[in-house]
Amino acid sequence: MTEVLAAGGIAQYAWLLVALPAAGALVLLAGGRRTNGFGHLLGCATVLGAFGYGVALFVQTAGMPAEQRTRELDLFTWFGVQALQVDFGVRLDPLSLTFVLLITGVGALIHIYSIGYMAEDDGRRKFFGYLNLFVAAMLVLVLGDNFVTLYLGWEGVGLASYLLIGWHTARPSAATAAKKAFLMNRVGDVGLVLAIFLLWAELGTVQYAEVFARSGQIDGATLVAITILLLLGACGKSGQFPLQAWLPDAMEGPTPVSALIHAATMVTAGVYLIARCNPLYDLTATGRLVVASVGAITLMLGAIIGCAYDDIKKVLAYSTVSQIGYMFLAVGLGPAGYAFGILHLLTHGFFKAGLFLGAGSVMHAMHDEVDMRRMGGLARHLPVTFVTFGLGYLALVGFPFLSGFYSKDAIIEAAFDQGGAAGWVFGGTALLAAGLTAFYMTRLVLMTFFGRERWLGLRTAQNKEYRPHESPPVMWVPMVLLALGSAGAGYLLYSGELLTGWLEPSLGAVASVDASPIPHALVPWLTVAISALGALVAYLIVGRRSVPVARPHRVSLPVRAARAELYANAINEAVIARPGTWATRALVYVDNKGVDGLVNGTGALLGGTSGRMRRLQTGFVRTYALGMLGGSVLVVAMLLVVTF
Amino acid sequence: MGAQVSSGGLLLLAMLLLPLAGALAVAPMRSAPSTAKATALAFALAELVFAALAWRAFEPGAGRLQLGLSVEWIPEFGARFALGVDGIALVMIALIGVLVPIVMGSSWEEKLPEGRTAAGFYSLLLTMQSMMVGVFAATDVFLFYLFFEVMLVPMYFLIGRFGGPRRQYAAVKFFLYSLLGGLVMLASVIGVFVVSSEELGQGTFDWATLVTIADDIPESVQIWLFLGFFLAFAIKAPLVPLHTWLPDAGAEAPVGAGVLLVGVLDKVGVYGFLRYCLPLFPDASRRLAPIVLVLAVVGVVYGALLAVGQSDMKRFVAYTSVAHFGFIALGIFAFSTQAHAGAVLYMVNHGISTGMLFIVLGMVIARGGSRAIADYGGVAKLAPVLAGMLLLAGLSLLSLPGTNTFVSEFLVLLGSYPRQPVFTIIATCGIILAALYVLWVYQRMMTGPLRGAAVLGDEEAPRQPALAGPGAATDPEATRRRAAAAFPDLSKREVGVLAPLVLLILLLGFYPQPVLEVINPSVEATMSEAGFTDPVGSTGGGQGGN
Repeated sequence: MTEVLAAGGIAQYAWLLVALPAAGALVLLAGGRRTNGFGHLLGCATVLGAFGYGVALFVQTAGMPAEQRTRELDLFTWFGVQALQVDFGVRLDPLSLTFVLLITGVGALIHIYSIGYMAEDDGRRKFFGYLNLFVAAMLVLVLGDNFVTLYLGWEGVGLASYLLIGWHTARPSAATAAKKAFLMNRVGDVGLVLAIFLLWAELGTVQYAEVFARSGQIDGATLVAITILLLLGACGKSGQFPLQAWLPDAMEGPTPVSALIHAATMVTAGVYLIARCNPLYDLTATGRLVVASVGAITLMLGAIIGCAYDDIKKVLAYSTVSQIGYMFLAVGLGPAGYAFGILHLLTHGFFKAGLFLGAGSVMHAMHDEVDMRRMGGLARHLPVTFVTFGLGYLALVGFPFLSGFYSKDAIIEAAFDQGGAAGWVFGGTALLAAGLTAFYMTRLVLMTFFGRERWLGLRTAQNKEYRPHESPPVMWVPMVLLALGSAGAGYLLYSGELLTGWLEPSLGAVASVDASPIPHALVPWLTVAISALGALVAYLIVGRRSVPVARPHRVSLPVRAARAELYANAINEAVIARPGTWATRALVYVDNKGVDGLVNGTGALLGGTSGRMRRLQTGFVRTYALGMLGGSVLVVAMLLVVTF
Repeated sequence: MGAQVSSGGLLLLAMLLLPLAGALAVAPMRSAPSTAKATALAFALAELVFAALAWRAFEPGAGRLQLGLSVEWIPEFGARFALGVDGIALVMIALIGVLVPIVMGSSWEEKLPEGRTAAGFYSLLLTMQSMMVGVFAATDVFLFYLFFEVMLVPMYFLIGRFGGPRRQYAAVKFFLYSLLGGLVMLASVIGVFVVSSEELGQGTFDWATLVTIADDIPESVQIWLFLGFFLAFAIKAPLVPLHTWLPDAGAEAPVGAGVLLVGVLDKVGVYGFLRYCLPLFPDASRRLAPIVLVLAVVGVVYGALLAVGQSDMKRFVAYTSVAHFGFIALGIFAFSTQAHAGAVLYMVNHGISTGMLFIVLGMVIARGGSRAIADYGGVAKLAPVLAGMLLLAGLSLLSLPGTNTFVSEFLVLLGSYPRQPVFTIIATCGIILAALYVLWVYQRMMTGPLRGAAVLGDEEAPRQPALAGPGAATDPEATRRRAAAAFPDLSKREVGVLAPLVLLILLLGFYPQPVLEVINPSVEATMSEAGFTDPVGSTGGGQGGN
């Protein structure tokens, strides 16, 4: 456990990180139409400012000895009652600073991209207000020094996500998706707050520093409960099994939102939570095993469903579900994997944000079309998008020496390192899913950018012709930067254990338990080989043959299951939604007829007929006055009797 | 004992009399509605200034009851006209001071039923305000009882004369329920006097004296006395299954009265639990707590489920309140400082948030003329600011962190957990239902394409395409323009009414500590009066309570 120091120097102004985007959101949302003219510029400026300050903080911190890199800054008391003290405080340590750079860096690029993407939207200013709100809340989430401010940020990003998924308010599907996201997140939130209550009951504090310093006092079973409840919260926010079904629906939001919130940052908050609570997870092998299992299940589930979709954004969404599954698997491995989970989180932040922006560029070019069956041959029309998207694709499938190659491989290796059955199950699943990843991504790229131009001669729902065109520079410059990151980030961070060393004060040293059943040197190349196989199969299925515009309906059982998202929604519907609706209706009936009827019945009984009831009403106040008078006389009389 | 009067006590007396004077001044202005409204608002604003002065005069932690005033009233049985506040009462009185002017502003353009005048409505509001101040400021149990009962009268008239179509039914139901509770409570009030005369040789209604003898009363006696108070408070709060009057009263009451009914008047119930049941009958409270906790948690879930199923937006608000009162009761009977402070803060926050929700829905109803949720759809397109306000009120209702209600709900649940984990876990699941009922109502009314009779008016084109003129009625743009004319966004007055509530929601969301500092010493005192110690972080260390 590293010592926590008071923040000094430029770190005294760390609240600015949150205050800048929060002020932006306030001005843009409260300012109304007056701010329409400069709204987008202000929105970008606040995030860029926060990024610049974040870089300065990073440089300052990196210049300090490792044991002084964990610092806290107390701002003011949020609420306190007796022993409970909840403060607004900032925790600056390598983990939170890493997230600050990711959130503000990728956030700033996506803000800039949105200037172009949302140019046609009347509500662009409001959109930037919501985006700023999101960035502020996300920074609260990662910068807070206690579990309650974490929860504040947690719900804040949930709100921003809700508002932005439902951005197209007139579209019923968007409103439904937004509500679904919020509700499934709330299920997870119950877990998170119950974990906080348990920590309070056990330790009498909600501060990270105290909780982590005294986590050894919690008995084993309680600790397992706490870690699993935290995991439930993480699953809700990160779209992990069994709370994954909201994330693909969240693609109803504009594409920059999908890139920033539902790929690069918010959905990785669950990984942050578990990594942040590493002192708790370190103490319970059971808790870690559950985390890793959830990760393994989800990474497989996401990859399988991703193979079946024709909607370009939904494929990417399930890819996100799957890739976050990898991160959960990594942090579930404990000290052997925390840092690799964060490494994959960062590289994924680059390439998935880039892929989404690329998909947005494609949609921009194709009148918001998302059905890949109506695309094809777009490489020629969108050269910049194609190249940047291509780099992101290669990074994701783990092409040698691009970023995904390093980060995914590190997780697969660490999984095998567990040894025994766990090693085989986790390692094998992760390896297999890498093949599926290559399959669905290759399929996506082939269907979108290669082959016949299937859109020729088709018309949009609004009866317009498709006229694909490259996006303006304000959109493609961020795409290029993210593509460069996708290509290089892995090597930069992985080589010389740069990231793992930097994160050591927060996550502890990487403890490798080399019990791998297969030689280390073999794992990367095995991964590459399986990925290549997946890509080859995709080529044989969609690359060599022409893709039908209409979706084939006579398909095999597995494809049907995958298209139905492995029946997750059907199960939710059957187990929760429908019985819930029935129960509600029944209760409303009972409340009106039963509970109320009982009372009214008694009233009618007392009053005799309804006619009498009516008479009672008209003269009621007089009667009551009389009653009160009588009652008062009675009271006075009784009291007099008692006194004398 | 003669009269004891402090300057702060005179301030409380003034707060009691000023609205009454206002009511008398406004009542005759039957033919000059604008003068009546302006005069009433002036009185309410003056009362707000007094409330601010009382807040300033109060010194947290200095004494159990402050701003005291006590004069002889009915010497034969020791009843005194005694006023005074602790932190718990003070925050409620401050809430009244804030809400009444807002309620008046929101009722400014209210369409009154035929034959009713603004003078009558506003003078009843002021009377209501005086009674509510009295019930929270009374420190004599008999005086408290008196205000508790008399308070019904102005509310009865507000609902019965100015309410919706079923106002008579709702008003009588409200009255009968409250009357029943009041009578049972009267028996206990007398019982308290009897018991005190046994203990002290001379009977008293003085709250502070009664607290000191509470421990000497045998538990069996305490239980009977407790039940009398409890029934009255449980009807008022209301707890399930005594809640069925609230949806009717809340739905039929005019918006302004509804805000005061749910926002303040009902709080007397939970306030009574904390200020009367716990300190006066500590053993009974401890013994009967499991029963109350069951009712509270059932209320949280039951109220929320029923809120989900409502089709009338005002009944919807009433049922959400049933759920919220469940949270407050849970906090009170979980016996920890955090939960108690949370419960008191909850009373204030619920008044602000539900008040705002009521007022915003009132603005919707004023435009569309219907209370049915199904009559609306896609309103966000026409009135984005109105939609935003509804969403904000809703988010506050579902206790989103960053809004006021989060702090109170979190304190209640966190404080309840160590002693009552099972009840707390069930209640915590209520936060999912809260999100469901709020967001679903928002989705149905505000999002999607324009639809619903209240939005599109009677000439809903698509139903009868054959009768519509060529192109005109089916043209979506024409429909939109017609709907927009009937459904304007918020006016300046409406923004002015809502702005203070928005500010309070955010301010108390991020900086509630000044209010907690007023509340904390009083709940700490309540804890020690009732003989409880905190399960977590208590300096005594021992496990108190059960």
